[in-house]
Amino acid sequence: MKAEDVRVCVIRIEGTNCEDEMANAFTMVGAQAEKVHLKQLIGQAPASMQRSLEDYDVLAFPGGFSAGDYVRAGAIFGARIKSAIGSDVKRFVEAGKPVLGICNGFQILVEMGLLPAIEETMSESPTAALYNNNSGRFECRPTVLRNDNRGKCVFTSEVPQKSLLMIPSAHAEGKLMSMDPDFVQKLEDNDQVVFRYVCPDGSDAEYPWNPNGSPSDIAGICNPAGNVMGMMPHPERVMTRFTHPDWTRGYDSEDGDGKIIFQSVMKYLEKL
Amino acid sequence: MAVIEIKIELKKGVADPEGKNTKKTLEALGFEGIGEVKAIKTFVVELDMPEDKAVAAGEEMCRKLLANPVIQNYSVTVR
Repeated sequence: MKAEDVRVCVIRIEGTNCEDEMANAFTMVGAQAEKVHLKQLIGQAPASMQRSLEDYDVLAFPGGFSAGDYVRAGAIFGARIKSAIGSDVKRFVEAGKPVLGICNGFQILVEMGLLPAIEETMSESPTAALYNNNSGRFECRPTVLRNDNRGKCVFTSEVPQKSLLMIPSAHAEGKLMSMDPDFVQKLEDNDQVVFRYVCPDGSDAEYPWNPNGSPSDIAGICNPAGNVMGMMPHPERVMTRFTHPDWTRGYDSEDGDGKIIFQSVMKYLEKL
Repeated sequence: MAVIEIKIELKKGVADPEGKNTKKTLEALGFEGIGEVKAIKTFVVELDMPEDKAVAAGEEMCRKLLANPVIQNYSVTVR
């Protein structure tokens, strides 16, 4: 598949607010990205605006405060999409098509049961939670991520293993939780851990470098197949050097650290 | 017509930063003898059905949307 043929569905409802950056990020790596309201996918729009999920190659859940973060962050968007087109989404994932969730998008994927999805593609009820940061506050700051994936995740195929990326975080509920004491080990065994927060020198993160208190410093995970990835930090915000916090101080690449994540998924699609 | 009250609270052992922060601030304001402070969310739902059915419906609402079973417990009572 050629890059210009890749169609990306950036899905939104009321309260989503990172859809422009998300669509722009995919456009910058050569894909055709379209911002699509959930109503357009479920037949609640004029005929000319109706869309079908199966016409797209990538599904992207942008950040924001979907439905005002009411009930729990991501819960309402998750429940709405699941009740209307849950089986279409499941088919999309099982076809190996990439699904990305950033920040609120990650929370939605967890609430929908598409992540961590250790036992099945999409669980009936959530098997993990993204809950309030330990600080009890909204944390907005640069974070350093280490790629700890061993090769399964399609969004990090071009990112050298153990390399560091500086990507900003901005969230109030980013602590990944499960009641299973072996949760982190299971993620490790399945190669589902994608990014971990670290200190700038690469050592284990402590607050504030781990902004939320996530166990084992986990910032992003994928499903066992590697085509669904959710992460709290915002790679779509650092596509060029100019939005990098240190860009005037010896940052020598033209690209921002987030771009390689989008380039990775394009590489994966080009091979299909 | 029934009115049900749905309470969503964190499971035992799950950290409650909102409760902890509230406790800290209450203590800063001079309140003494404060033990644990918990933040609990309540939904009040009117339902056009008998009370026993309303409670069952409320429980289904919790399973499908209102509670995340990983971190939260719920209870449904008639108001």
